Amino acid sequence: MTKKDEGISFNLISRNKLEEFSSDDKLKFIIKEVKKGKILVLESGLTPLEQTALIEYTMKEIEHDTFIGVEMEGYGEDSPSFIQKLFGLSKRPRITLIGPADLLKTVRKDSNMIQIRIVPGRGAR
Amino acid sequence: MGLFRRGSLSSIIQRIFGKKHAKIGIYGPPNVGKTTLANRILRDWTGDIMGSVSEIPHETRRAKWKKDVKIENGSSSLKMDIVDTPGISTKVDFKDFMNTYGLTRDEAKRRAKEATEGVIESIRWLEDIDGVLLVMDSTQDPFTQVNVTILGNLEARNLPVLIAANKIDMDESSPATLKSAFPQHPVVPISALTGYNSDNLYTTMVKHFSRKRRKKRR
Repeated sequence: MTKKDEGISFNLISRNKLEEFSSDDKLKFIIKEVKKGKILVLESGLTPLEQTALIEYTMKEIEHDTFIGVEMEGYGEDSPSFIQKLFGLSKRPRITLIGPADLLKTVRKDSNMIQIRIVPGRGAR
Repeated sequence: MGLFRRGSLSSIIQRIFGKKHAKIGIYGPPNVGKTTLANRILRDWTGDIMGSVSEIPHETRRAKWKKDVKIENGSSSLKMDIVDTPGISTKVDFKDFMNTYGLTRDEAKRRAKEATEGVIESIRWLEDIDGVLLVMDSTQDPFTQVNVTILGNLEARNLPVLIAANKIDMDESSPATLKSAFPQHPVVPISALTGYNSDNLYTTMVKHFSRKRRKKRR
């Protein structure tokens, strides 16, 4: 595999774009991009059920020498207020970051901050 | 007299309103002590064990279960099918097995392949269980994505969760951190290895998993 001299690519995916996808298509899109070495920041993250499905999908896609899985970080869903519930608003996933597991390493996470390190020496594939 | 002869008020209430049988999955990331806990439960209540344990992650790569394990709490009890599931992770790198644990390349690749299949099997079991004993390592940061994802999934399904804050026999353990991280769920500090506080775990299991809930099916 030849590494291109183009650094590491962060793609911020808008809520609108994500909402165009079905759940299945969203997961396929994420895995396809992450397998290319891209780091995705999803403005509207994945629901817990989608996250679980993403793990299952990731496991099916693992290839020993080229793709070892994903690093995924985000916070739980926003709980709607009483008033929002009255208007039928349900829980909404918050911003989520997903990238190749051999490129990203979570250093620390608490309820207020997620610290992630990009493993030096790697670039976009 | 007749009404109260065979048990206390709590057992009668349980008979009327609560479950008598539940399928409970033991879940968590790799190497948090799921099989050690499964072995502890089975040894205490059936004299049997569930499976082998190892310091190498992904030792359990196929789900194992034991049916009709009756756990008693005073005059009430709950019969459980205990399912010991493979550890859930978002990545599996065969090189970790080689570099950290000295497996050969072939052994490491085989273990990694089986581990990925195990993760899939664990996730599929979520469709078929009534409650989860979520094992976390109380010496580690509780906010891992796997913990958050599993909990979110169970909450979305409205499945009862009991968190076992394991490894409290170790100096660096901090079950209080776990409790403050997930205040919406009961947390029981335990040592599956030594059996410390297992009585409290059993009491909480019977109470928590006996409650009837409407399970959301996907």
